[in-house]
Amino acid sequence: MSALLETRTLSKHYRIGSALRGYRTLRAVDGISLQVERGEVLGLVGESGCGKSTLGRCMLRLTEITAGEILFDGRDISRASDKRLRPLRPRMQMVFQDSYASLNPRRRVGDLIAEPLRIHTHADGARRGEAEIAERLGELSHLVGLPQSALQRYPHEFSGGQRQRINIARALALSPDLVVADEPVSALDVSIQAQIVNLFMDLQESLGLTYVFVAHDLSVVRQIATRVAVMYLGAVVEIGPADTVLHSPAHPYTAALISAVPEPSVGVTTRRITLSGDVPSPVSPPSGCRFHTRCPSAQALCSMTAPALQDMGDGREAACHFPLLT
Amino acid sequence: MDADAPLLAVDNLTITLPAGRGRTVDIVENVSFRLDGAEIMGLVGESGSGKSMSALAIMGLIDAPGARIAGSIRFRGRELIGLDRRALRALRGAEIAMIFQDPMTALTPVHTVGWQIDEQLRAHQPLSRAGARARTVELLGEMGVPDPRRAADRYPHQLSGGLRQRAMIAMALSCNPSLLIADEPTTALDVTVQAQILDLLRRLRQDFGSSILLITHDMGVVAETCDRTTVLYSGNVAEHGPTDALFRQPAHPYTAALLDSIPPLRGTRPRRLPSIPGAPPAPSARPPGCPFQPRCAYGHVACETRPSLLPIGAQQVACVLPAEGRALPPRAVLSA
Ligand SMILES: Nc1ncnc2c1ncn2[C@@H]1O[C@H](COP(=O)(O)OP(=O)(O)OP(=O)(O)O)[C@@H](O)[C@H]1O
Ligand code: SF4
Ligand SMILES: [Mg+2]
Repeated sequence: MSALLETRTLSKHYRIGSALRGYRTLRAVDGISLQVERGEVLGLVGESGCGKSTLGRCMLRLTEITAGEILFDGRDISRASDKRLRPLRPRMQMVFQDSYASLNPRRRVGDLIAEPLRIHTHADGARRGEAEIAERLGELSHLVGLPQSALQRYPHEFSGGQRQRINIARALALSPDLVVADEPVSALDVSIQAQIVNLFMDLQESLGLTYVFVAHDLSVVRQIATRVAVMYLGAVVEIGPADTVLHSPAHPYTAALISAVPEPSVGVTTRRITLSGDVPSPVSPPSGCRFHTRCPSAQALCSMTAPALQDMGDGREAACHFPLLT
Repeated sequence: MDADAPLLAVDNLTITLPAGRGRTVDIVENVSFRLDGAEIMGLVGESGSGKSMSALAIMGLIDAPGARIAGSIRFRGRELIGLDRRALRALRGAEIAMIFQDPMTALTPVHTVGWQIDEQLRAHQPLSRAGARARTVELLGEMGVPDPRRAADRYPHQLSGGLRQRAMIAMALSCNPSLLIADEPTTALDVTVQAQILDLLRRLRQDFGSSILLITHDMGVVAETCDRTTVLYSGNVAEHGPTDALFRQPAHPYTAALLDSIPPLRGTRPRRLPSIPGAPPAPSARPPGCPFQPRCAYGHVACETRPSLLPIGAQQVACVLPAEGRALPPRAVLSA
């Protein structure tokens, strides 16, 4: 069986600048090939601006792509029109970080969750009746842990965590196969974050969902993801089983990223790999390996030839000429 | 000035704001802590717990109409509450400095960062333009800004987030303050850049003997950076103590539950994360007893009276359990 979602040398470039000062190309996503298998949770990690959100939006064709291909359930949707995408839309949904911005403040929670049910018909074209919608609303609120009474209230009456439950219910209304969640717990306080991470995990298990879970917090991703893709400047530099990648990283960037996470415990002595400088601009990514300007292992070859993703023999791939050996 | 007094002593700080229709609400209640020389203290808590308000009160920067500040804030023994604006401003420039999450709170977009630091220096010291610039370049260099001479000629928006943060820290340190208040200084930064800035803060303490009040919501940042830690919950101190002791054996059920709910980066991955039910109360709906009681796994009748801070070992905790002779809350996840 084919992967649920596959990208083949997918690129998304933005033209930035102005007529006056000249246009330049920003390579937000630059030639990414990966597969998302049914029932897995693929975590996308990397620092601000590395292209996580752009990749997530491309996967669901919420934006036009510049080059490459996207296959959903074996079907090429790279350039599919809105009309051709429409029957597939219920099967792919997105949850965003900002739980408030994605909810119309003037509508009741019940209406917000029911909206996709009203917009989309059944696969055979039949509309959903009000009785059916009411029943589904009951199921959904139970599923995400919202009291029935919540359906009559407005978004502002809820805390951030509860609003994220509303967003999740909305995303699940049409029983999707794939959910792309973009930093869905990043804005939440830790004590609430744990509730929502658990909810994501429970739902994935009970409904057999497939997630692409975008987060900059490595420990959140480790908790929920089965596989992890590490991004740097629009490219995937390492991808593989979560435990393999996060416990014994092969790419020097992954290693540095993990070592920079401050851990909430005392007595763990970890070797900090301090990277100098900041991430270069995606308008002019460095030649050769994109990471060579900050890489502690870089050698002459690295600035000349770009390393391709290679199988490391343990189910993970890394794009580095001198991968870290364990 | 009292030579024996702690650098900063905050006692029973209460900040009250008007809440409409003649009512008021206590944003911060009876918060006490102190900070010694060459010490980094973490003030940690979730959003709305009163961290930033406490910092602004110390800086004398709360000017909301109708705000009332009670208690005592002494800097080297000198009371700051009620001090007149001029004296406060003098203190802020020279003795106490503050840095923020967003460097643009402190920097203006219309001048180069070098110009802004020069001005700050010249406002407090008799320096020529050239002399000030030399010191500015030196400061930027000390903050780890590469090519500081060129960086000084840049406007804030021409610098990366990490460099802007360093420029703001350079400006804050320009007059050698003995106290630096850092409000979520790394929250907007990526982890690799955050690591650089936290290194810098530790170096300031080590090399210059600066004292830092580090405000953050990130328990990891606290564990790595702070000598002592004060945990706030809903405008009240839940516990404080040496960072080492507090993380090894949190004495307050809130601290323990909070630490448990953070997914671990290493070791066994829990099947489910231990989570705290519900959400923190709004200040106007804070229970009269222990503010954490409605969410606490150990809540009982005795918790309906507000517990005061009691010492337990090197820590102090606002919880009835230790006084009742009960064991401290066990940690759910055993650290590997
Ligand atoms: N509409 C747009 N026009 C121009 N540039 C864009 C646009 N959207 C994104 N970018 C740029 O593309 C790059 C990747 O952005 P993206 O939002 O995908 O990153 P991200 O990894 O999600 O970052 P964060 O962690 O900050 O959310 C960035 O340099 C960003 O500035
Ligand atoms: S290819 Fe070279 S520069 Fe790139 S990550 Fe590997 S060692 Fe570092
Ligand atoms: Mg993003």
